[in-house]
Amino acid sequence: MKFDTIIIGGGLSGLVAGIDLSRKGQKCLIVSSGQSALHFFSGSFELCSLADNPYEGIATLGAEHPYSKIGAESIADLSAKVKPLFKEVGITLKGVKDANHWRITPMGVLKRAWLTMDEYGTVPADGVMPWKKVAVLNIDGFLDFHTSYIAAGLEAKGVECSVHAISMPELERLRMNPTEMRSTNIAKTLTGDLIGALAARINEYAHDVDAVLMPAVVGLTSSTDVVKLKEKVDRPLHFIATLPPSVPGIRIQMMLKKHFQKLGGVYMLGDSVVSGEFEGGKLKSIKTNNHGDTEFKADNFILASGSFFSKGLASDIDGVYEPIFGLDVDSLDVRSEWYERNLFDAQPYMSFGVATDNEFHVKKNGERIENVYATGSVLSGFHPMKQGCGAGVSILSALYVSSLLKTIR
Amino acid sequence: MSKNKIDTSFEQCMKCTVCTVYCPVVAVNPDYPGPKQAGPDGERYRLKNPLFYDETLDLCLNCKRCEVACPSNVKIGDIIQSARLKYGTHKPKLRDYILANTDVMGSLATTMAPVVNFTLGLKPVKSVMDAVLAVDHHRTFPKYAGQKFETWFKRHALKKQDTYNNKVSYFHGCYANYNHPKLAKDFVKIMNAIGYGVNLLEKEKCCGVALISNGFKDQAQKQAELNLSSIRKAVARGEKVLTTSSTCTFTMRDEYEHILGLDNADVRDSINLATKFIYELVDAGEIVLKFKEDYVKRIAYHTPCHMEKLGWALYSTSLVRMIPGVNFMMLDSQCCGIAGTYGFKKEHYQDSQKIGEGLFKQIIDSQLDMVATDCETCKWQIEMSTGVPVENPISIIADALDVEATVKANQK
Repeated sequence: MKFDTIIIGGGLSGLVAGIDLSRKGQKCLIVSSGQSALHFFSGSFELCSLADNPYEGIATLGAEHPYSKIGAESIADLSAKVKPLFKEVGITLKGVKDANHWRITPMGVLKRAWLTMDEYGTVPADGVMPWKKVAVLNIDGFLDFHTSYIAAGLEAKGVECSVHAISMPELERLRMNPTEMRSTNIAKTLTGDLIGALAARINEYAHDVDAVLMPAVVGLTSSTDVVKLKEKVDRPLHFIATLPPSVPGIRIQMMLKKHFQKLGGVYMLGDSVVSGEFEGGKLKSIKTNNHGDTEFKADNFILASGSFFSKGLASDIDGVYEPIFGLDVDSLDVRSEWYERNLFDAQPYMSFGVATDNEFHVKKNGERIENVYATGSVLSGFHPMKQGCGAGVSILSALYVSSLLKTIR
Repeated sequence: MSKNKIDTSFEQCMKCTVCTVYCPVVAVNPDYPGPKQAGPDGERYRLKNPLFYDETLDLCLNCKRCEVACPSNVKIGDIIQSARLKYGTHKPKLRDYILANTDVMGSLATTMAPVVNFTLGLKPVKSVMDAVLAVDHHRTFPKYAGQKFETWFKRHALKKQDTYNNKVSYFHGCYANYNHPKLAKDFVKIMNAIGYGVNLLEKEKCCGVALISNGFKDQAQKQAELNLSSIRKAVARGEKVLTTSSTCTFTMRDEYEHILGLDNADVRDSINLATKFIYELVDAGEIVLKFKEDYVKRIAYHTPCHMEKLGWALYSTSLVRMIPGVNFMMLDSQCCGIAGTYGFKKEHYQDSQKIGEGLFKQIIDSQLDMVATDCETCKWQIEMSTGVPVENPISIIADALDVEATVKANQK
């Protein structure tokens, strides 16, 4: 079976590349082994969190950083495309291009963010709290949201908080199985006709407050329920991120995938690439676990297989390696140098990844593979946590590689 | 792997709970502990003491959607099914025997098909089956055909097959043999039209999927060994073994090894769904399909759970989309709720219908002439719950095929 581009990895980076290439008329295949890290999404995309203005932060990054390979000019062009791209998919993001705002973590701490899903509560760039008094609500028995942390964090910033737990008979039924009282199961319950009843329960606490904050447990498959709930609640309603799994993150994953398929893309979930046929400095075809001896051919390939979590990178006693093709990786030989003793320091292993040139071509045994590109968190040279650039690298490297590949009419 | 070595692949689970998100049962029945708890978490305890086995694992549909979703490649569904077979304490009932032994029942029923079909459809009979056997009265057993496919094939098609140079073997499965021989005849029709002769396997038994899910492991193993031995003979003759059921295919390719512990590596790649085989021939330019111009229909494809696990919906949908008059739609991939014999059981009926609710609504709202799907039990469930007719892609291709033009185009 022949495609223009085959993308290995169906998370944020792979899907953005797939959508952008499909828009250019390319016939794309995504092979994804299991669901992606979007299931742990915070609700916000970071571009660079080192400074108030993300571009000022980017200017301080070293030559090894993927942003430096893309270049300042392309970063500016491509980052302007992110909001419209997600709008097209059906996801509204808030935030401005050149100023970070603040997101509220499940621990009640403020962290810099670039673009945030519309339904989440955020604090503007100047750090001035937008509310004087809020109601912080939880679902009774939901263990992945800690109202006391949220309230403590907000109160430290001068916001008066009242904390309440909501119960409904349908949710009580879920509580019979405490280990499965998870955000996604709550979202599967709180949908359709129940939104009205939920709004009524919320409104009991929505008097004389500036806003109501609640865990992001509504709207698993579309934002319809979120929009309906916001309409029915008397005060502005904002979501706060829960501990994983992330309901809005799963919605983004589903909507990106759906959009990719709508544009003609083929998405194979639960399958993994087992081998590749290289010839004359090029990758000719791949074979997958599910499809046995069937060959999938393409002009170009994008490796968007993620980092250690997604098994895009792996390690054993001998070192760090890229498990699909055995591509060259940037890492450290001496194992003791992989870690810093202080957990909260920048951990060197987090910047390990596939070695690439300035156009993100990968290398195998020191030789550049001219039709294989790497994008997203499988790349080397950045610290997603310390530099606050994980989503930015995933999205912008995908758009950048896509811009290098041809349009097909 | 040696029998004494403990399989610790569950250690790969990082407790991320992604599997739970996609479990159709957890969403409708809080009594089910969920795939993470029932699978890798529970396994850790069961290895210490089998008393930790929880009978609610019977609520698992074996849809494998947890495995498809798992980012860490944990065989969650296999762990649960193996635990049921290893630690399950309650004995299978008469009802389970009847549901599981599809080919025994099929052989008995086809000889008296009109009587059996009539009787099984009677209200009082359904009430008795509901009360005595706990087969839910909402269900009607699929009708049995008066003549088995095998009988028809030997009488009417066998001779002609020798006239083709290319050959494939066909694993028809119980449904195409006893209930719906048209599907098997459609398969023969297409294969002959593209220049392939069809052989039956030397011996064929039910693939065993229902035996596995109803707790008859030893019998499943025996049947699997017999099938593998026939398949090996076909492969030795240089023939691929084709099927027209996604579940039979999945069971023989994956469950034989993962659940029954049989080594099928030598023939696994030779066991193929017919749609995959045909699509690949078209894709390679080796054959051409010609379709009737007056075949005009709006058709949506439903991805059976085991098709999702195989990852092969691509082939079936690509084939159906080749028909010029088809207005195609892809339904969201979700479980229909029947899961083979699961939904027939009185204790599961409500859950079964609730699981399928979203799918039924999408089908009813989509103004379809027909739903296409590769699984016979999905067909029964969707037809019963939506009233929309459901056909196997092979039957759709066969109906839309211009046989004469196709034969002509493929004569070398």
